[in-house]
Amino acid sequence: MLEFIQQPWTWWVSGAIISAIMFLLIFFGQSFGFSANLRTICSVAGGGKFVKFFDFNWRSQIWNLVFLIGAILGGYIARHYLSDGAPVLISENTIADLSKLGISAPTSAQPDELFSLESLFTLKGFLILAFGGLMVGFGSRYAGGCTSGHAISGLSDLQFPSLIAVIGFFVGGLLMTFVLLPIIL
Amino acid sequence: MFGIVMAKSEAFSWFRIQEMFRFQSFHMYGIIGTAVTLGVIGVALIKKFNLRDIKGNPITFFPKEKSIVRYLIGGTIFGLGWALSGACPGPMVVNIGYGYLSMIVVFLFAIIGTYLYGAIKNKLPH
Repeated sequence: MLEFIQQPWTWWVSGAIISAIMFLLIFFGQSFGFSANLRTICSVAGGGKFVKFFDFNWRSQIWNLVFLIGAILGGYIARHYLSDGAPVLISENTIADLSKLGISAPTSAQPDELFSLESLFTLKGFLILAFGGLMVGFGSRYAGGCTSGHAISGLSDLQFPSLIAVIGFFVGGLLMTFVLLPIIL
Repeated sequence: MFGIVMAKSEAFSWFRIQEMFRFQSFHMYGIIGTAVTLGVIGVALIKKFNLRDIKGNPITFFPKEKSIVRYLIGGTIFGLGWALSGACPGPMVVNIGYGYLSMIVVFLFAIIGTYLYGAIKNKLPH
């Protein structure tokens, strides 16, 4: 049984669990939207004194911060107790395309070229991660949500704005993948 | 649970996100597609039967503000960051737990990015 769990989970199992998480949150009177935490953290850090957008009762969002802590713990548990350590099995085409960009085939879950500590302490490596994070944080609040809030929760409720946001996610994602990444890497 | 499923489905991997944006695997579309399909059915059932949450309050869904500009521009900026760092906000912290400490930098800058949005919000088209 443990060996079975240690393999990567197939897509429909994962999708069903994500959906179940969303409904659990709904039935506990909350909603599934992760990037709201970024705003909450700004508020907890005292951002409300300077910017009105962060001046709200962040204590009502503590449940979501607990969810965040849980996600960190979940990552730890998955790595240390539920993993067989095999690299991510992506398609041969992707491996071939990425090798042209100087990214070698997966040996774990993330490419060393981008996420190793050696890379982090180079200027380019640092800037890639910093700008990536900056755009995710800025864009998710501008669009009013991230993948969980729009693509999962919003589309489940058939909300038109979420569809536009998801289209935006792909416009940006494709632009980065096919135009900018070849220049950056 | 969210952390475990993100890690075990490999949805937190930069490689998987690249594969998705290159349309070279069904994996990520399968995950999101399954979650949304079940989500649509579930939300429809909640509305049809007016289900209540655990505290007995009726479950309501708040429609998002009507706008196209903010979702399209914001979404595009988000997508640029997603494809570059290979992580949206949730998977960032899952990666930190998994031991990819570089993601702490990504997450800190995501917080800075959110702060920046809050600071210049009134000057942006919505």
